[in-house]
Amino acid sequence: MKLIQAIIKPFKLDEVKEALIELGIQGMTVTEVKGFGRQKGHKETYRGTEYQIEFVPKIKLDIAVADNRVTEALEAITRAAKTGSIGDGKIFVSELQNIIRIRTGETGEGAL
Amino acid sequence: MTFLFRNRIVWITIFGLVVLWGVVPGVYAQDSGSTPQISAGDTAWVLTSSALVLAMIVPGLALFYGGMVRSKNVLSTLMYSFISICIVSVVWVFWGYSLAFAPDVGGMVGGLDFLGLAGVGPEPSEGSTIPHMAFMVFQLMFAGITVALISGAIAERMKFSAFALFAILWVTFIYAPLAHWVWGGGWLAELGDLDFAGGTVVHISSGVAALACALVLGKRNGYGKENMSPHNLPFTVIGAGLLWVGWFGFNAGSALAADGIAASAFVATQVAAAAGALAWLCVEWGYRGKPTMLGGASGAVAGLVAITPAAGFVGPVSAIVIGLGGGVVCYLGILLKNKMGYDDALDVLGIHGFGGTWGAIATGLFASVGGGTGLFFGNPGQVLIQAIGVGATWVFAFVGTYILLKIVDGMVGLRVSKEEEVLGLDLTQHNERAYG
Repeated sequence: MKLIQAIIKPFKLDEVKEALIELGIQGMTVTEVKGFGRQKGHKETYRGTEYQIEFVPKIKLDIAVADNRVTEALEAITRAAKTGSIGDGKIFVSELQNIIRIRTGETGEGAL
Repeated sequence: MTFLFRNRIVWITIFGLVVLWGVVPGVYAQDSGSTPQISAGDTAWVLTSSALVLAMIVPGLALFYGGMVRSKNVLSTLMYSFISICIVSVVWVFWGYSLAFAPDVGGMVGGLDFLGLAGVGPEPSEGSTIPHMAFMVFQLMFAGITVALISGAIAERMKFSAFALFAILWVTFIYAPLAHWVWGGGWLAELGDLDFAGGTVVHISSGVAALACALVLGKRNGYGKENMSPHNLPFTVIGAGLLWVGWFGFNAGSALAADGIAASAFVATQVAAAAGALAWLCVEWGYRGKPTMLGGASGAVAGLVAITPAAGFVGPVSAIVIGLGGGVVCYLGILLKNKMGYDDALDVLGIHGFGGTWGAIATGLFASVGGGTGLFFGNPGQVLIQAIGVGATWVFAFVGTYILLKIVDGMVGLRVSKEEEVLGLDLTQHNERAYG
């Protein structure tokens, strides 16, 4: 199993969610986060005072997927979240050791 | 002509009835019998205007300022405006009105004749068509907003207790004498200084006091390094809108009658505010690349400040020029802050100090109606008188405020601790939070 963490532009959340649901992904966790990569934020001006806003608002999705679904899930996220301009975000994939469904006690892929 | 005049009174009276339906009928009742020299229309308009000026303070100025601070200080910022009008209302009754408007003592200050509003009743004072009480309460609101305006300079770092004490002292020792000089028969009035609705008394005085505050209090912790951008600009825009609406009471109400001067001041107010906003937006667009909503709101207020001393003395085209000038002058005033490095947090000097100064001088240039004549209409001496008024107000307000701040500092301390400042004044001064 893999844990996919995708950092995306906030307005792309709905498209990414739809794409993943189409694949049959059962659940996801969404967090409002702030951060920067190469985009390095933007400038804001208030009455002539400029502020460099480094931490830009983003959405982070956490999705746990079975090994055989990883490629298509990554493809779906990339396709849906892409605008082609700087700041589209990143996807991190890591090994997921175990999953437990709290209600039933099921573990592993059966808990997905 | 008589018909037009009557018609205007009817309309303004209806407006007054709508806004102040609870108060106005009482005035009519009083008017109909014992005191025939009272004008119902004038009284209705001045009482309505008084309520409009109150709306400029809370919620107008409170929101205008509250939106510009960080979310941890919004309640404390609203509170400064709120407490200003509460404190001034009481002080005004006991001694403030007397010091400003009782019979003159040496051209400098009013006497003690009206202490506790002794002799200030429902009957009009000499030469007036409104109850003395109505004039008193109209002036009360002016004193209240002037104190509240200063709070923009000390926002996010002054102790609440210190501000409350400062408000009592400032309205007593700075505002009351200044109001007396210009409107209470003091030396500037004798000199012929023109200040229709408070360019010097309200705006220069609060703006210059703000500079003294910024210098004595020092910068906010993290100023120039941390992000101190406004936390809720929609608040600020709503506040600016309420200021704009209330300013009709402030300026047109200063005619103290529902007459042609009031209508002229009303029009001047509207067009100067619009011109101020347009000027600010254009300068900003050219200089920074984008017009901003905060700039539009600030420019409208700048235009309103600039037209305040001139409102009843100028025609509409002059008013547009004065408003445009206000937008540009105040924008430059704000840039000056960034150059000089004092932390006038919400730009009280930039907008009210410089805007008021421009307006007062411009009155000496453009005055043409309502008993004033300026340089462009054949009276070059007026500019000099205006400059004397401006200079005297700058010096008196700055030095006086500086001394008062030192006194308050000695009594209770002016600033919150660094730790309290970091936590925010809402929590540390008032034990509450604005959001969530």
